[in-house]
Amino acid sequence: MKYLDEFSDPDLAASLLEEIRQTVTQPWAIMEVCGGQTHTIIRNGIDQLLPEQVTLIHGPGCPVCVTPLETIDRALAIAARPDVIFCSFGDMIRVPGSSTDLFRIKSDGGDIRIVYSPLDAVRLAQANPDKQVVFFGIGFETTAPANAMTVTMAKQLGLTNFSLLVSHVLVPPAIRAIMDAPTRRVQGFLAAGHVCTVMGMSQYTTLVDEYHVPIVVTGFEPLDVLEGIRRVLVQLEAGRAELENAYARAVHPDGNPTAQAVVNEVFTTCDRAWRGIGVIPQSGWRLSDEYAEFDAELRFDVQAITAEESPLCRSGEVLQGLIKPNQCSAFGKECTPRKPLGAPMVSSEGACAAYYQFRRLDAEVSA
Amino acid sequence: MCLGVPGKVVEIWEADGTRMATVDFGGVRKEVCLAYVPDVVIGDYTIVHVGFALTKLDEKSALETLELFRSVGLLDEELGVSFDPR
Repeated sequence: MKYLDEFSDPDLAASLLEEIRQTVTQPWAIMEVCGGQTHTIIRNGIDQLLPEQVTLIHGPGCPVCVTPLETIDRALAIAARPDVIFCSFGDMIRVPGSSTDLFRIKSDGGDIRIVYSPLDAVRLAQANPDKQVVFFGIGFETTAPANAMTVTMAKQLGLTNFSLLVSHVLVPPAIRAIMDAPTRRVQGFLAAGHVCTVMGMSQYTTLVDEYHVPIVVTGFEPLDVLEGIRRVLVQLEAGRAELENAYARAVHPDGNPTAQAVVNEVFTTCDRAWRGIGVIPQSGWRLSDEYAEFDAELRFDVQAITAEESPLCRSGEVLQGLIKPNQCSAFGKECTPRKPLGAPMVSSEGACAAYYQFRRLDAEVSA
Repeated sequence: MCLGVPGKVVEIWEADGTRMATVDFGGVRKEVCLAYVPDVVIGDYTIVHVGFALTKLDEKSALETLELFRSVGLLDEELGVSFDPR
């Protein structure tokens, strides 16, 4: 119980845990899709506070982690060009490509900028008309409205030196792939709150009905995650499968229609490869034909670049929830945040980084 | 990267036809695009993700979340405070 003090309301946390204990009569496996939720769970020891019958499986919801190696290699090829200012979120900087990473390209003289917002990249394009400014547009549905807006702005401003390297991924097709996999263990899902803040909840109704699996939309704070888990367990024990919103303060059932409209104008659905998982049909967004002139892959002709994964890194199994990070033999040895083999050890949302940062070094304790 | 940080809108203006704001995140101020939250006014709290406001939030929830983020060291990371893009 040593972690309870760290909840914003320890009494409420204790009563939620007590309700969970009284609810659970048999083993259940629940996946939290979002990497932000994974970090909350490990940081606060939520998995260790739950009854032993409840297993939490960490999902593939870390955008940096699922960006395919070949996309990273394409990014690195573009970033190394002398005429390019390459902009990225900070998480991506140390993610290893096949032979280098953005940080090393920067050390070798490449112009790499870490930006807080993709809008910073648009401003850089305005301020540097003699350079090509490329933004590495990765992320789930939460980030898509921001990335889409940069493209509409670039078009309005007539910027011919701005482009987007897009590797957007979508949550519902990933849930579908997890439920269709022969190895699947997941019996209920926590869905990512801010993805639904943008997209709304209707896509999840179909999944709940089709797979008869409970899905509870929840937030990122310890109490949100605990309440989400409690609601999934209540449904599982009752044999129900429904869509519930445990994050109503930030999620409207319809999402944000203004943001959806811009995203739908700029992006179009496509098949997308997920690092460690493989191609999931219709699980990504690419720039629509109308905005193809802003596609960095086309502008810099890097589509022919392909890549092979390191055989030591088992991040694919981690991302599919088949092993815990500390069950990988390289974890904490050949692979650390300072010298990562795979993206989940790099990103602030990666499961391996969470286990390393919060001292889950021993596979026997928490596997 | 999907976290989103709640902040208070303290100033609103237009830039190139887009509604922009200064948002205060418990002392750290950032420029934020309001294009996706047309009904937000000065004094409202909103959840901001990579420089874009995504939805309104009530003040109590916003302040609780901000305090929690600060206590676990997530605030600077999410706001990119340690980074200088230029």
